[in-house]
This record gives sequence, structure tokens and C-alpha cells, in this order.
Amino acid sequence: MENKNSNASSRRNFIKKIASGSLITVSGLTIYSVSSCEKSTEGEKATLLTPDGKLVQVLKSEIESFEQLPASPKESRKGIPGKKFVMVVDLAKCKNARKCVKHCDKHHNLTPDRPYIKVLEMKDNEKSAPYWMPKKCFQCDNPPCVKVCPVGATFKRTDGIVLIDNERCIGCRFCMAACPYSARIFNWATPPNVDENLSYSPETSIPSKIGTVGKCDFCPDMIRKDKLPHCITACPNGVLYFGDEIDDTVTNGEETLRLSTLLREKAGYRYLEELGTKPRVYYLPPVDRLFPFNKENAKKGAS
Amino acid sequence: MKKSIPEKQLFNSIKERDLLGHIVKTSVRYKIWIAILLLFIVFGMYGYYRQIRYGLIVTAMRDYTSWGIYISNFVFFVAVSLVGSLFSSILKLNKNEWAKPLIRISEIIAVAAIICAAVIIIIDMGRPDRFIYVFKFGRIQSPIIWDVIIISTYLVISFILLYISLLPDIAICRDRLTAIPKWKKKLYKIAAINWSNQPEQVIILKKIGRILGITVLPVAFAIHTVTSWLFATTWRPGWDSTNLGPYFVSGAFMVGAAVIIFAMYFVRKYLNLKSYITTTHFDHMGKLLVLLSLVYFYFNINEYLGPAFKMVGVEGEHITELFVGKYAPMYWLVQIFGLVLPIVFLLFKNLRKPVPIVIISSFVILGAWFKRFLIVIPSLQHPYLPIQGVDESYLHYVPTWEEWAITMASFASLLLIITILIKLFPVIPIQELESPAEETSIESKKFKNEIS
Repeated sequence: MENKNSNASSRRNFIKKIASGSLITVSGLTIYSVSSCEKSTEGEKATLLTPDGKLVQVLKSEIESFEQLPASPKESRKGIPGKKFVMVVDLAKCKNARKCVKHCDKHHNLTPDRPYIKVLEMKDNEKSAPYWMPKKCFQCDNPPCVKVCPVGATFKRTDGIVLIDNERCIGCRFCMAACPYSARIFNWATPPNVDENLSYSPETSIPSKIGTVGKCDFCPDMIRKDKLPHCITACPNGVLYFGDEIDDTVTNGEETLRLSTLLREKAGYRYLEELGTKPRVYYLPPVDRLFPFNKENAKKGAS
Repeated sequence: MKKSIPEKQLFNSIKERDLLGHIVKTSVRYKIWIAILLLFIVFGMYGYYRQIRYGLIVTAMRDYTSWGIYISNFVFFVAVSLVGSLFSSILKLNKNEWAKPLIRISEIIAVAAIICAAVIIIIDMGRPDRFIYVFKFGRIQSPIIWDVIIISTYLVISFILLYISLLPDIAICRDRLTAIPKWKKKLYKIAAINWSNQPEQVIILKKIGRILGITVLPVAFAIHTVTSWLFATTWRPGWDSTNLGPYFVSGAFMVGAAVIIFAMYFVRKYLNLKSYITTTHFDHMGKLLVLLSLVYFYFNINEYLGPAFKMVGVEGEHITELFVGKYAPMYWLVQIFGLVLPIVFLLFKNLRKPVPIVIISSFVILGAWFKRFLIVIPSLQHPYLPIQGVDESYLHYVPTWEEWAITMASFASLLLIITILIKLFPVIPIQELESPAEETSIESKKFKNEIS
């Protein structure tokens, strides 16, 4: 008898716990959405199943705003667990189409004079042929920018990505002086066409703020949605590969390759290895090129 | 205002009249000078207002040349501030008696320069509204935080050094000056903190002075070495050098000595202190400047010879730009007129007389300012990767009027702080704590001079 009773009470307790648990979840949702979306109107409700198996009713507008919300500055510092992101750039395939630059600019609300990605015309010596080198932030494993930042506004995450928190940055520009790859840009004025309604996240880098530093961020907001960074999908020639060092795979959207094999077989290298910054972007040498070197491509791509 | 001053000021001795006279009497020239300085400051504040409103876009700095004359001016002010330690530590500990009348002024300049350096670095920030983050989120790994720590330490030590040497003189001002406005009386009363020349007070004060005189030396070396590390901890050509610390420190002592010569010339002229700051002082300072310039010259050779001999990659491009390229005229003007010729000229005794030496010193000061420009800006324009696909304006750096206005205002502020401190307090120590016996002998000699 006693036994039964205690069983029943424990079951009741269990149900109580679940109920309170789900209540917290819902109230959490509500607080979150109210703070982010002021215009929510009373009205349609949706029935949802919580992760612990409870049915709850929530306002529809609130659900949407919760899902759209990018990672908070605090959350952005952690990184995606179990991942080590890398990029591979196949210089043999680049013809300076500049689609990566264009799409990156569009999604990060950048003006053409200050892009995150630059496609540089390179020539290693007098005898060798010129080639195009798409250059973004190298997300170094030994990042000079992170080392010099006085306030921890730029930081290295567990997944290898280096991000900037525009709400922390004091605009001293020491990181720009320290970066040997000139990967960083500064918001000298108020960025044009800022969407005031967007909530800022270091993962999206928008809306960027006046007097702070910006750079290529490997689009962690896209990665969180299981999508590839904008530049990867934008490239018409499959130059750019993105992937995970732990999985040992990289993809350019069309073909998926084993990272270690690719780097071994195509003699992958990192730019200015001797500086000891340990970049997470690899280059494949510009051999057996698909396109002749043509400066006109830049103009066509830009138009 | 003038009517409220109750009586005519009487002095006990000629020395008191000489050294305290300017505190009591305010000349028209002084008022005009203050007005001019305030005009520059107001103009600079307007420039800064525009910078706050529109952002750093009003400057000529862009993504490659991301530091400009604000930073080079900051380095200049930090350099100038080192002079305080030169006098109140190096020359004092070495028992250079002749330098004693110059200690006060060097300490005043040190305090003023370090305040201006701290302000100019905030002006350079993209988000001055977040200045407090430096303390809230400060990371000890960053050389900027080292600089913040060492600059505030130096500011406190130089302020205390100035204050303890002033203390007995403030007490004199409190006791002897009658014909001054009430607020000044109150100021001296509070600032004198009941100083009454008691033997035990004198002992404590001397002890503090000695301890600080020793502690200020490593701090002074550190302040400019850490400032050099802001550059040396990066991969930039021209900055990526182990020589940068001593190079900066030696350059700082050189410009500091030149600034002292400059200051003592005008203080002597406008406060009528010819019998206190003598031609011998100029002669000694000239010799000292030669010595300090030679040390700086040595580190200059060290800084440029290695890279120029090897001409490695971007480092070579940087050297080419300085020696024969875009910055060559400025580089050679600075090196020849700001360093080599002053050394040569100051070897002649006749050129160590007040007028020629102040002209030579002004060249040294100008050269030192532009030298810091040459250290900061050309390095930023030679990154490892080529500068392509950016606006033409990104490739050059010509400071805008806002930058010049703010820079001029920072100089005006420096001069304003120095002027006000000199106006409020005796610029030559009246009461010497170290050796009272000697003091009186100098005084009697002076009396004799004036009689004859």
C-alpha cells in the first residue's frame, strides 16, 4: 500500500516537474520574443510539442521571432561544438568572376570599396604567370588580432572561427595594425542602409556599427542553419571549398572531398606560413589552370 | 576683481620678488597668450565635435593607413613626458647641481605631456563612449592594456614628484603672498596641507623624493618601451624590430632635452629669470643634447642599416619608400636637420648661446614630431598583401583639417597646462631642501652681482 502510494506520488511529482519544466520553456520563449519583437499582436495561437513531450499553446508571431533570432553576443563566443571549420581555395579554378565578393557584400551590407573578400592579382616573381587569389579572413589558430585586442572584442571560438563583437569593440584599430593579411575593415562612418530592426549578432556581423572593426566571419549564422557560407554557394567555378577538419571533408557545393587527401595530392599550402599564425584557409597552387589570366573578367563580374 | 586685492605685495628678499613676482602680477601679454591658446583649443574641439558626429571618416585614415597623426602625436607626447625623469631622476641622482633650477619645469612638462598623451589616445578611438570597457573587459595580454597601466602609473608618479618638490614653495606662497585674490589664497592653503618646514616634515619629504626619484626611472623607461611595443608586437615592416624599445627611449630623451631648452628660453625671457637660468645652463643643456642625440643617432643606424642591407620583401619596399620614394624628402629633412646638423652645430660653444640653441632645439622638436609620423604611417602602407581594388584615397595619407585642428589643439593644451602651472607656482624652487647652506651662498653671490 505504502509502496503504491509513494509510486503514485512520485509519478505525480514527475508530471509536475514536466509541467513546470515546459512552463519555464514557454515563459522563456515569451520573454525572449517580447524583448525582440515589439509589434506582436494578440491573436492566433499554435500548438507545439516541447522536447519533453508536452503540448503547449504559443502565439504564432512569437514562434517566428524566436527562430529568426541570431545567436546572442554571449552565445556567439562559444562556437559550434565538435567542429573545426576550414576553407580551401583552389587557385587553379579562379578566373576572378567576383561572385563571392558580390554575394558577401550583399549579405553583410558592405559597400564595394570595403569588401570582406578581396580577389587579388598576384605574381610571385618575374618569370611566373599571374594568378587570381581570393582572400578572406584566414581565421588563424594563432590569431595576432585576438592577441592584441585590449577588451576581448575579437575572439577565437572552439570551432576555429575568429569573430568580432561590434558591441564590445572600442575602435582602437590595433587588430588592423596587427593583422598581417589586411583582412580587417573599419566602419569609418555610419554604415549605409542599416536595417534598424535587425538585432545585432557577431555571427551575422550586421548591422555593423560606426567606429568598430569588421571582417569575414565564415558566416556562422548560415552554418547553424546547415547551409554553406554565401561565398561558397556564389562561386560559379567551384573555387571555394568549405568544411570541417574533424570530419575531414570539404565541399564547394557540388563535390565533396576528403580534406587530407585534397591537401596531400594537390600540395595545399597556407599563405605566409612562416609568420606562425596558423591560418585555417588553405590554398591549392595555381597549376593546370582552367582559365587564361584575363583582367577583363573583373569588369564583367562586377557589372 | 583688481579692487578686491587688498594691499601692495611686499617681498622679503630679491629672490622672492624674482620668483614670486609673476604670480602676483598678471600681464596683458599673459592674457593674450592664454586667449590664443584657448582659440586653438576651441577650434580643435569643433574638429572633434565633427569627428564624434560623423565618425573617423572626417580624418584621412582609411583601411590600410588605419593609424594617423593622432597616434604619431601620442608617441611624441609620451616621448616629451620622459624628460621629467631625466631631470628629477638621472641628473638629480648623479648630483648635477647645475640642473636644479630646471627640475621644476621639467616636471611640469612631464605632467602636462602625459595628460595630453592620454587624451589624444582617447581621441583616436572609434568609440570613445566605450572607454570604460578598457577597465571593464581589459585583457592583460594586450600591449594596449600594458600601456594603460604604465601611463597611469607614470602620471601618478610624475604628479607626486612635482607636488612634493612644490610643497615647501606652496607654503611660502601661502605665507608671504598677500596681494592675491581669495581663491588663490584658498588654493595655496589647501595645497600646502599644513606644511610648516618642521624638520620631521623635511625628512619625510626628502625620503619620498629619493624613493620616487629612483622608482620613476624604470617606469619612465617602461612607458616608452611599452609604447614601442604597440608597434614591435606586430608583423609590420619597420615595426617588426627588436631595436624599437631603445630606439624610442633614446629618441624621447633627445626631444625631451630640446623641449627643456625651448621652455627655459621663454621662461627666462618672459619671467625675467636671467640670473637664475644662466647662459651656463644653455651651455650644459647643449652638451647634454649632443650626447643624447648621439645615442639616438646610434640607434637610428641600428634601425635602418640591417633592413637596408638585406632589402627583404616588403621590408625592402618600405626602406626604398623612405630612402628614395614618396617619403624620402621628409625622411632626409628629419634625419639631417633634426638630428645630424644639430649634433654638429652644438659642438661649437658659440652656438650653445641662448638664441642659436633655441633655434636648433626647435628643429630637433619639429624633426622629432615628423620622425614619429615616419615611424607610424609608411609602415602601414606596406602590408604583405598588395593593396588592390580600393579607392585611390586609400593609398595616400594627407591629414585633413580636422586632424590638424585637433593636433594643434593638443599642443595648445600642453602649453596651456604648462603656462597655468608656471603662473600659479614658482618655476624655480625657492626653498631647497637638499643643501640649505649652499643655497644662501648662491643667494649672496647674486646679491653681489646685482650690486656691482
